[in-house]
Amino acid sequence: MAGEATQVIDKQVLWGGGRSPFSVSYGKMMMWFFLISDALTFGGFLTALGFQRHHLVDEWPITEEIFYHLPGTHAHAPLVYVALMTFILIISSVTMVLAVEAGHRMDKKNVVKWLAFTVVGGAVFLGSQAWEWYTFISGPDGIFSTWEDNATLARNFYGIGTTPENPVEGPQLYANFFFFITGFHGSHVLSGVILNLVVLIRSIQGWYEKRGHYEMVEKVGLYWHFVDLVWVFVFTFFYLI
Amino acid sequence: MERDDIIEYSLHAHHSEEEGRKIRKKIFFVTMLLSVITAVEVGMGMIWGKAHIDVNGWGWMSIKIAFILMTILKAGYIIMIFMHLGDERKTLRRIILVPYLIFIAYLFFILFFESTYIHEFKAFIGWV
Repeated sequence: MAGEATQVIDKQVLWGGGRSPFSVSYGKMMMWFFLISDALTFGGFLTALGFQRHHLVDEWPITEEIFYHLPGTHAHAPLVYVALMTFILIISSVTMVLAVEAGHRMDKKNVVKWLAFTVVGGAVFLGSQAWEWYTFISGPDGIFSTWEDNATLARNFYGIGTTPENPVEGPQLYANFFFFITGFHGSHVLSGVILNLVVLIRSIQGWYEKRGHYEMVEKVGLYWHFVDLVWVFVFTFFYLI
Repeated sequence: MERDDIIEYSLHAHHSEEEGRKIRKKIFFVTMLLSVITAVEVGMGMIWGKAHIDVNGWGWMSIKIAFILMTILKAGYIIMIFMHLGDERKTLRRIILVPYLIFIAYLFFILFFESTYIHEFKAFIGWV
């Protein structure tokens, strides 16, 4: 499946060493290099979160007591909404890998179909995140709602043992980490959706068919899977632990 | 001008209808596995989550370790199957994975030992 340098390639397009390093095309390898450095950024955030979360272990808010809302209901359902978001992202990752697979068969119809599903999945994830942010800022049924003084960032009402009737202040760092980590991840999802959309439009226009291969789908696929991968870690380290 | 993103060996990454069916089967298997692991994680979080368990005890520690192991398992499947790293050259695979195995160990260390030490040290000198 991976590109193997079995054919003789024109010297002009090769790297200085006369063949491609690791038998990977230039674009794919640069995407891997980008992902490696990007993963270090996320790793830095998660390390900082892990450190603060454990050294403030007595005051750190309990995630299940904060993120238990579901749209349209008052049921107490801890972790269900974020599990749903995780599931949406995993499924859109699956449709992406199906698009890559269809690309290897030069099956334009299926590439377009699966890429379209991927774009929709990413958009749904972004919408879910917007709802979660809104609920987090305004509190259950909007009781903390004070956009004017930017309540959740300046004063975190989600201390241990907080209830809607009796809000307890917790460490500000909790809200800071929440917005920073999920926000940084969300901006990655946004750029992933835009990239997928560009590749989708070009697939419909037949660019890659003319080019003879769908490697561009594979490259944006790598990025999209990385976004999913990061969310797997965010889910564990922010919500579960 | 020649473009280096359309050189010949990229064209080599084609497969037939039959291979495609095999690959789709594998994708389906990984999808099920990832969904099941996520469901187990959420179930464990709801039953033995930090809302119901003493966060300073050994029970919570072992659940945390279980969460981390499941996360690494999920990450491994995403990287090796979805990102096709399992199909790349061995050298490239190691260049990408080995630094992160070390990094995950470091993350683990910061999470469990360094921060706990600071926590206890603060209690010891009475600084909150």
